[in-house]
Amino acid sequence: MLKITDLVKRYGGGDPVLKDLDLTIEGESVVSIIGSSGAGKSTLLRCINRLVEPTSGSIVLNGTELTKLRGRELRAARRKIGMVFQGFNLVDRLTVMENVQSGRLGYISLWAAVMRRYPKKDIRRAYELMERVGIAQYANTRADQLSGGERQRVGVVRALMQEPEILLADEPTASLDPKTSEQIMGLLRDLASELKLPVLINIHNVTEAKEYTDRIVGMRYGRIIFDDLPAALDQEAMDRIYSGSPHVDRGAELREAS
Amino acid sequence: MSSIAEQFGREDWSRHTPKQKARRFAIFALSALAILWALGSIEIIWPWVWGAPGQMGDLFGRMYPPDPTNLGTILRVLLETVNIATFATALAVVMSLPVAYIAAQNTTPNRATLWLGRLILVTSRSVNTIIWALLFVAIFGPGIVAGIVAIMFRSIGFVGKLLGEAIEEIDTRPVEALEATGASRFKIIVYAIVPQVMPTFWAVSILRWDINLRESTVLGLVGAGGIGIILQGAIDTFNWPEAATVLLSILALVVLGEIVSAFLRRRIL
Repeated sequence: MLKITDLVKRYGGGDPVLKDLDLTIEGESVVSIIGSSGAGKSTLLRCINRLVEPTSGSIVLNGTELTKLRGRELRAARRKIGMVFQGFNLVDRLTVMENVQSGRLGYISLWAAVMRRYPKKDIRRAYELMERVGIAQYANTRADQLSGGERQRVGVVRALMQEPEILLADEPTASLDPKTSEQIMGLLRDLASELKLPVLINIHNVTEAKEYTDRIVGMRYGRIIFDDLPAALDQEAMDRIYSGSPHVDRGAELREAS
Repeated sequence: MSSIAEQFGREDWSRHTPKQKARRFAIFALSALAILWALGSIEIIWPWVWGAPGQMGDLFGRMYPPDPTNLGTILRVLLETVNIATFATALAVVMSLPVAYIAAQNTTPNRATLWLGRLILVTSRSVNTIIWALLFVAIFGPGIVAGIVAIMFRSIGFVGKLLGEAIEEIDTRPVEALEATGASRFKIIVYAIVPQVMPTFWAVSILRWDINLRESTVLGLVGAGGIGIILQGAIDTFNWPEAATVLLSILALVVLGEIVSAFLRRRIL
């Protein structure tokens, strides 16, 4: 279970990007976060695995308080949080197998990592997962030889290799064509139920969010203003989530405050 | 139907405004003036310049035909020259790795190490190989060791700087992704940074080897080993036919080096 309480993130001295945000993800549900650009979706996801340092508040994953961790403890906690990125973020010049195994870097010794001597059970798991998503034939292919959809599958497998307790996906389909995009969303949903894994997806495509996820969270200017089942997302809610321009409205809010 | 330019009567267009034109002319005039001044302030003995073609003909006359009696020795020393260049390049490349790491803004541990790295690069690069060689001949005595160390010192700066810049220009997204997996700093370097700078690493190493091959041929002039010693000896004793043989073999070596490095570049990159 992931429990976020009173989360605040402020860049520099400006208006906070996240304002006293509360969110709880239970069980193995697939949750999508929607909202216009600049609403704070990416920041929220990156606060969970501390790629972005939260200003204040608390994030607890299965009993571990993540916001206070440092060094070795932080890395141990990150192993339990898988992440999938919009730009795939693969290492282009490495093979698919090396990219996939880089998800295990937190577990294996430096020597094994440098010499590419991966444990047998890791190799077996990698092949199983790659077969599951349909990229096993590319194990020895360089990552930059693959198409967008295949590259994102590598990204997903890399995250799953971590044996994560939660999967974060930051606009995983935004760089893909509509058909591939649906395949990846379907894959994320299916894997979530197969592996009993909660998944948190930032997404711009509301139709896909409604179709592939169990719960939709709508964000606007660092606050959650909608949190319900996909069926409950009507036109009125959509208008509230996507109204205004973040930049102008932030200015207005700032003026009100002062 | 008339064109837009005719409709609006805009037939005049010039790339620069009159003010810009004046400024460009002023810059041009100033540059010309600087060259003229430089020419006037150095002492050139013009009769010697005019006599150069005659002297050149005379020199070629004395060099021809090249004397191959010592060719065996020359080739042996030439091989020694290649070894100086290769060995020094290999050492320099290895030693430049940590320097590049601390001189790149995105990998250096802190500000102190960043400045240390930059200091090493600047020191190494601002001193010419021949000057380094003079220094190391004084320390190690004349011979190959001084030559190797001299070339190495100059190369560390060259390779370190280019490699450091390559590290600064990497795509940071894979780095972010591996941070998210909980990998340690060193593993991130091995998996996300090293693969990205590998092509630059090889290209720079080959280029530096190519440069070092040329530089090692003149090291002998200051007593730091290599073919230069024989060349110096030949010139000092007015043995022009042998000097010609040495110069021709250096030319052959440089061309060969060019071919080898072009081949390696094609194979590796």
